Amino acid sequence: MTAPLLDVENLTVSYRVGKRWVAALRDFHLQLGRGEIVGLVGESGSGKSTVALALMRCLGSNGRVESGSRLRFAGQDLLAKNAAEMRSFWARRIKLVPQNAGAALNPSMKIGAQVSEVLRAATGASGAAAERAVLRMFHDVNLLDPEKVAQRYPHQLSGGMQQRVVIAMALIANPELLILDEPTTGLDVTTEAVMLDLVRGLMAERDTGVIYITHNLGVVAQLCERVQVLYAGEIMEAAPVEALYARPRHPYTLGLLNSVPKLGQSKRDSRLHSIGGHPPALAQMSSGCVFAERCDWAIEQCRREKPPLQQLADGRAVRCWRWQEIDAALLDRPLDRPSKAKPVRFAHRDSAGQPDSPPADRLMRAKDLKKHFPVAKSLSDWLRGRQPAPIRAVDGVSLSLRAGQTLGLVGESGSGKTTLSRLIIGLQARSGGQLELLGMQIRKRARERSPDVLAKLQMVFQNPQNALNPYLSVRQALRRPLVKLRGLSPAEAEAEVLQLLQQVNLRADYAERFPDELSGGEKQRVVIARAFASDPALVICDEPVSALDVSVQSAVLNLLAGLQAERGAAYLFISHDLAVVGYLADVIAVMYLGQLFEVGAASDLFQPPYHPYTEALVSAIPVADPQHKAQRALLHDLLPSAQNLPSGCRFHTRCPRKLGAICEEEPPPWREAAAGHAIRCHIPPEELAALQDSYAHYVKPSEIG
Amino acid sequence: MLKFLRRRFVFFFFTYLISSLMIFFLLRVLPGDPARVIAGGRDATDEQVAQIRSELGLNAPLPQQYVTWLGNFLRGDWGKTIAFRGTQNRDLILQRSVNSARLALVALLLSLPLSLALGIIAGLRQDKWPDVLISLLTLSVVSLPEFVTGLFLINIVALGWGRGPLAEALGWWFPSSSAAPANASFHEMLPALWLPAFAATLVLLAYITRLTRAGVIEELKRDYVRAAVLKGIPYQRVILRHVLRNALLPTVTVIAISITWLISGLVVIETVFGFPGLGSLLIAAIERRDLLLTQSIVMVSVSVILFTNLFADMAYAALNPRIKLG
Repeated sequence: MTAPLLDVENLTVSYRVGKRWVAALRDFHLQLGRGEIVGLVGESGSGKSTVALALMRCLGSNGRVESGSRLRFAGQDLLAKNAAEMRSFWARRIKLVPQNAGAALNPSMKIGAQVSEVLRAATGASGAAAERAVLRMFHDVNLLDPEKVAQRYPHQLSGGMQQRVVIAMALIANPELLILDEPTTGLDVTTEAVMLDLVRGLMAERDTGVIYITHNLGVVAQLCERVQVLYAGEIMEAAPVEALYARPRHPYTLGLLNSVPKLGQSKRDSRLHSIGGHPPALAQMSSGCVFAERCDWAIEQCRREKPPLQQLADGRAVRCWRWQEIDAALLDRPLDRPSKAKPVRFAHRDSAGQPDSPPADRLMRAKDLKKHFPVAKSLSDWLRGRQPAPIRAVDGVSLSLRAGQTLGLVGESGSGKTTLSRLIIGLQARSGGQLELLGMQIRKRARERSPDVLAKLQMVFQNPQNALNPYLSVRQALRRPLVKLRGLSPAEAEAEVLQLLQQVNLRADYAERFPDELSGGEKQRVVIARAFASDPALVICDEPVSALDVSVQSAVLNLLAGLQAERGAAYLFISHDLAVVGYLADVIAVMYLGQLFEVGAASDLFQPPYHPYTEALVSAIPVADPQHKAQRALLHDLLPSAQNLPSGCRFHTRCPRKLGAICEEEPPPWREAAAGHAIRCHIPPEELAALQDSYAHYVKPSEIG
Repeated sequence: MLKFLRRRFVFFFFTYLISSLMIFFLLRVLPGDPARVIAGGRDATDEQVAQIRSELGLNAPLPQQYVTWLGNFLRGDWGKTIAFRGTQNRDLILQRSVNSARLALVALLLSLPLSLALGIIAGLRQDKWPDVLISLLTLSVVSLPEFVTGLFLINIVALGWGRGPLAEALGWWFPSSSAAPANASFHEMLPALWLPAFAATLVLLAYITRLTRAGVIEELKRDYVRAAVLKGIPYQRVILRHVLRNALLPTVTVIAISITWLISGLVVIETVFGFPGLGSLLIAAIERRDLLLTQSIVMVSVSVILFTNLFADMAYAALNPRIKLG
């Protein structure tokens, strides 16, 4: 047998922190053959990007590989090479697709030039031949209009296009080893699905070895043959993908798998499993198991003695003292726990959202909301005396929401969902339409609204890092809305602050802390507490968990569900993650290019009949189950510009079920598929139902627990 | 672009208006009667002073004086110089501006390559000895005021070494700048330019070097630089094509600021070296209470500043594809 493509043993990497060197990655092992795809799963701080940089021998001046590490690539010892010798490996044989595509492109160089530079380093090709090869590569990664893209600068491309360019840059060198570091994080599911297909196809064609680094278990299940789970710089578990998902042996793997909501799972049926606590800081590593702090099954031995990575007979490896008990299901599995915990009681069960519910318990109603952004005149517009078309970000959205209900809003980036939320909260002034809250017409801008309206309408932001003033302590941040919006006296406010902290599961001493002293999940809890301080009737949550790690996400989702049940607030919940929306929402609205295309009860929406766009979104979700290889209705083309909208049905340019001329000419009608479930399509719901599959990964509530 | 220029010229209009108002009224509230200074100071009789006042139109109400001056100025009539009898202000300012521009040109040619090179070296060798040395040097130079470095250059270089055996053997010659007549050609003036230009260079050196160094260090940390290294292209190419292009962008703005300083504000250096430029002319005009000359010089300086900044913004936009003027 020939040597494997990549053979890593005992890889230990340290970073300089002040004057000490701290090991961020310890005893890492990896064997990779040609044509093989290995997944590396971990949360932030797990050391997964360190692996990528160490394999490339590109750690920077404050990182070093410790002695005793072994790193062999195609039979050669990479650790013995200097930078000049590494250059030929970098140029031709090992390629890294870095995490943040936007930052990895030189902002002042044209895309084409940047890619052909790679080609020249790899093959020496230049001139017209290189240009042709670059354009062919752009075509292969599904970039529309390769000639135009080559002439653009990075900032003129969308995130998805930048990502494709960076992947093209790696593939054009035809490397033997490809390392992809979170290549689809931040992309829409639709784009992500296309990218994954692309990587899979190209790998099969070229027999390249691939290391795929991600935090998304679904992606790994769909793409990889083997998986390694990293936590705090150590491998927790390594296994073939089917085995890992079917019978995880490490508590951390189990926790990760269970903390992601499955499509169809709802807050009414079960709470999400969550891993308590947060990862240990590098500098204060204990002598025991790194996961012991957060592990439900930790025993004395775990805290005292570090478990070794045991290589098992069936080709798996696990670092846990109690894996046999877990494997034999002798321990109380957290999988079952959610069903035992009492599901949250909600007042309205299955009160599906008719586009216009009776006014009795109506909380909010938006009628024909519009936001058109004017476009500055270009030189040619100016010369011709022409007014350019505005960008129609939100173009006639009507919806209503009952008290205590959650409306989920889904759609790709650029569909206008964030703009819609900003119109409702009043951060942007609507260009048209009416907005009604608790029976009152409310004004366009937040600053024109009365304190009562402000108190009733609050917001939880996507990135808690930016949503908290770093110079205000938690107490100060929470007191402001209490005093200003609810008019409490200082003493009352003080008591209320402690009450709020308790409600978001933070200890009372957190009141003295500043945002810098909080972890990401804790910050988001403070943001949520702040939103609830004024006793709101409607809280707008714009991607509240997407900036958080998987193990923290579920705790925040549980918190939001619990607070809702307790306080009776309604949510407008925006997320690109359909399973997360499905978990919290009672009613879901699907948005595309500034308009709604489907509205229905959460339990109906992800099953046929659905709008072809919803179908595409649902089918694109990578499922954390390797048994289920998706059949997909992929959307290859890009979202059309909101300045130049397609005629007729706005989705017709990408619709896989387009009928013909009628779709191009006439806007489709709303049709009722079931009570409170409306679809805006020329195809009647019955026909859609006959055409569409129920995507197998949809979990019926009865199947959970 | 068109919109940008249109907006910028509206802005120019108001800048001119405000600065002309400010300089006009500021000079009027300064102590000292210009008419008396012209008439010969304390010895002059009140009649002489009164006559000169009416000749200069100083008896009219201030707003009327302002409007008259601005009208004349715009028509190109900048008045006669009082101190240099008989000369037209416009010709004098033009001549001195040309001299100042020559000085600025030589100073830029000296300082730009030197400071960029030092900044790049320091940035690439951050915290190593070349960086420490360069930072130490430039910092100690910038902390000396111009008149100190100027006097040092005059006394040590021009009067000391310049007359010593070494300079004689090399055929070098550092005349004191006042030797250069104001109407000399560039070639004739060149020997007198070196020392003041060098003094200006020392001031600029520290700013541009430190800014360049900071830019290089900042860009070296960027992901795309690492990406470029991992492309497997030679190190020099990574530095030249990826790092420097982006690192030098902020420097463009500072260079523009230093050009405005060089052309319009070399007051101290020109005075110390007795160089016949716009800065020393401004000092002379203020000392002699030559109102019209002072006002005209200020207006010319404002123009230099406005247009240099306009060109700097346009150059910045041309170099940085992320910026679109408009």
